[in-house]
Amino acid sequence: MHIIDRRLNPGGKSLENRQRFLRRAKSLVQGAVKKTSQERDIKDVLEGGEVTIPLDGMHEPRFRRDGGTRDMVLPGNKKFIEGDYLQRSGQGSAKDSGPGEGDSEDAFRFVLSRDEFVDLFLDDLELPDLAKRKIAQTESEGIQRAGYTTSGSPSNISVSRTVRRAMARRIALKRPSKEEIEELESAIAASADEDERLLLLAQLEKLKAKSKRIPFIDPLDIRYRRFETVPKPVAQAVMFCLMDVSGSMSEHMKDLAKRFYMLLYVFLKRRYKHVDIVFIRHTDRAEEVDEQTFFYGPASGGTLVSSALQAMHEIVRERFSPSDWNIYAAQASDGDNSYSDGELAGMLLTDKILPVCQFFAYLEVGESGGSAFDLSDSSLWTLYERLRNSGAPLSMRKVSERSEIFPVFHDLFQRRDTAQEKAAP
Amino acid sequence: MTERLFEGADWDFHTLQRITDACEEVATKDLGLDVYPNQIEVITAEQMLDAYSSVGMPLFYKHWSFGKHFAYHEASYRKGLMGLAYEIVINSSPCISYLMEENTATMQTLVIAHAAFGHNHFFKNNYLFKQWTDADGILDYLDFAKNYVMQCEDRYGRVEVERTLDAAHALMSHGIDRYPGKKKLDLRAEEKRAGRRRQHEEEVFNDLWRTVPAGKSKTRSALSIERRRKLLGLPQENLLYFLEKSAPRLAPWQRELLRIVRHIAQYFYPQSQTKVMNEGTATYVHYRIMTKLHQQGRTSDGNFLEFLQSHTNVVFQPEFDDQRFSGFNPYALGFAMMQDIERIVTRPEDEDREWFPDIAGKNDVMGVLRDVWANYRDESFIAQFLSPKLMRHLRMFHLHDDPEERAGIRVDAIHDERGFRRVRRELARQHDVGYIDANIEVVDVDLSGDRRLILHHHVIKGAQLNETDAKRVLQHLADLWTYDVALIEVDASDKVLREYVVSPRPISAVA
Repeated sequence: MHIIDRRLNPGGKSLENRQRFLRRAKSLVQGAVKKTSQERDIKDVLEGGEVTIPLDGMHEPRFRRDGGTRDMVLPGNKKFIEGDYLQRSGQGSAKDSGPGEGDSEDAFRFVLSRDEFVDLFLDDLELPDLAKRKIAQTESEGIQRAGYTTSGSPSNISVSRTVRRAMARRIALKRPSKEEIEELESAIAASADEDERLLLLAQLEKLKAKSKRIPFIDPLDIRYRRFETVPKPVAQAVMFCLMDVSGSMSEHMKDLAKRFYMLLYVFLKRRYKHVDIVFIRHTDRAEEVDEQTFFYGPASGGTLVSSALQAMHEIVRERFSPSDWNIYAAQASDGDNSYSDGELAGMLLTDKILPVCQFFAYLEVGESGGSAFDLSDSSLWTLYERLRNSGAPLSMRKVSERSEIFPVFHDLFQRRDTAQEKAAP
Repeated sequence: MTERLFEGADWDFHTLQRITDACEEVATKDLGLDVYPNQIEVITAEQMLDAYSSVGMPLFYKHWSFGKHFAYHEASYRKGLMGLAYEIVINSSPCISYLMEENTATMQTLVIAHAAFGHNHFFKNNYLFKQWTDADGILDYLDFAKNYVMQCEDRYGRVEVERTLDAAHALMSHGIDRYPGKKKLDLRAEEKRAGRRRQHEEEVFNDLWRTVPAGKSKTRSALSIERRRKLLGLPQENLLYFLEKSAPRLAPWQRELLRIVRHIAQYFYPQSQTKVMNEGTATYVHYRIMTKLHQQGRTSDGNFLEFLQSHTNVVFQPEFDDQRFSGFNPYALGFAMMQDIERIVTRPEDEDREWFPDIAGKNDVMGVLRDVWANYRDESFIAQFLSPKLMRHLRMFHLHDDPEERAGIRVDAIHDERGFRRVRRELARQHDVGYIDANIEVVDVDLSGDRRLILHHHVIKGAQLNETDAKRVLQHLADLWTYDVALIEVDASDKVLREYVVSPRPISAVA
């Protein structure tokens, strides 16, 4: 007779099976994830959560019988006697499928962890045109502090660390301090009794000998700063978020734009070791702001799109060399730009920005309902369309509802070249 | 007064030990049970969910469907739709019972009495389990199976293994020998022989394919058809066995996988035939043990009331027009019948003497019950021991539902003199697995033609196969067979009702 405590056994024996199940159900789960994410806030999306998938695709078939005449014995006869007839209701009055049988499960919900959720959500997305992907895989060396060592070059001696160790050693070995010796010397000088003086002298000798034996700083104490070379990934990406906050942008439009940026941010974080994110908001002039201001700061004014583009161009030139960085930009605007600015914006894009960008996404946000979109294309839209038609790495979409953000995002970053990659041998 | 086993709801491992000893004393001395050695394991709720999804076994090969069941159970558990079972018990020697750590001391006592003594005795003594399962070998065999599947995945790729297992699972309920002819399964020897056998079979000539016509065709007499079918062991209702032995193009490892799935299906076969008896036995045993412990003063009144509440929930039988009704509850029916037998043995009425002359008034309750537990399965148990009194008590009635009948569903028999035997026969039939599962068998292989495999489904009472599922299962079957497969549904007069023909999917890797 054994009683065994198995509670500490590694749990999650089903983890592997669960992963297999997810892998198999991937397309179904992915669909479900996308559907779920449309209904939720971005923050919630990143928390993972419950999804529902149809079990049909995961059905395990068995030979089973349907129909025919049925005989059943039931408990709880109230008043029937032999030969009575019971009216058929819509369905049989009794179910005869047992619980837990595959037949009765037509859909089920289950909980995905945060990682599972985001991975599935982003799985078939990719930043387009990763010309620098090859560079991204090689890594350059960087140097970083890595504690202390007992050997090294004199220039790397860490004085404070060395002194600290020396002091510890001196205290431990009871090296007489300077004060002790001075005290003794003054006692000798003051002493009248010859015998006592001799005794004190002997003591002094001993102390001096001891302090010679125990040096103030021993080679043992010396510590050198240690440096280590670490591979520094070049897989860097910077994302420019250009947001129009001019007076014509309503709260709804800003909300759409922010959601889009958050999604983009999550996406880049997943794909790259290092993501920098630059927030630029503009009215008729542009400024680089921090995240907090970008998302929550109030601002208003006229519109000059070129100001934002100019700002971006300057920041790239100063901080993000296009040879080291994957540069992405996402611009959100209601498409309203002052007429005279169109030419300048076009020039900036064609000459300065698009050549260094991996990808430029333009998101035109509209009022809920979206009817305004049907009237005519905005001035910005027309401009971008012209650029795109001439072959620039530019994508543009219009969004007017919250629920459209995910599909549009998905659409923008859908893995484009898989078909071609697969076709290639 | 005897010392209490525990106070309140808390327990520790010493308590469990005391509880088990106390239960054992009642089980062996009072009830005369004969059990495998017990091994009791305490697990968490999550581990219980794990165990659930791999059909209750402690180790099992990896497959996505177990992950699916895990996700399903987990979700319904989290939402509170489903309570977890209090216990899982494994038919092995030693007999392993899982206890959940969340259970109170009373519940642990209940579970130990129920699983470690009730089920355990049943597993060890019922003829079906003796005949079909190898309690000593199962854990080793599962371990072997798990490793074997893992090796196959390494060697032949996960996708290939998954494809074969999917197909085998689809045919699992038709991978069972229903009639004992050969000797009992010996899983240990099975495992040892597996390797040797594979090697041997690779070298051995397959009789089937010698008959593939080549050159001038022989005239095939009726006699040679009979002979050929005999060589192939046809008709054969164990589809997995047939494929394992005769499918022309399966790799040896695929045959071994089919064999593994078949053995596991066979291992669980007795359980599906004895749900009512097995649960009835365990429930009866726990009830006796718990009552005795309380009488001895070893559990408090409060604990006993807690037990009674759980017990009542377990044996609750909703009536047919209750929303909660989903067929007969095997715990309720089994327990009621066991108690009824006790009544017949000790306090029979005239009616009982007439119906059960062999046991009425015999007074040796445990002797009679142990005999019943050993020698019956659900169908024969109900056919033999469902008493008029119990039918009246549960107010059973028999409905006959003929879709052709306009007037509705006919009440064919009720719990009266005229109806007792008919109700009892029908209920017994409902518990006959031979009757519940579709009767499908391989009848022939068209060797002179396209090697098409021909199966028959013998339709009973007009219940044909569900079309969508049938096609999918046949697809799996055809993929394994690698030639066309035809399934013909015939009724009792051999009239063809419907015919399916499925071609194998082109799978390059089958070769």
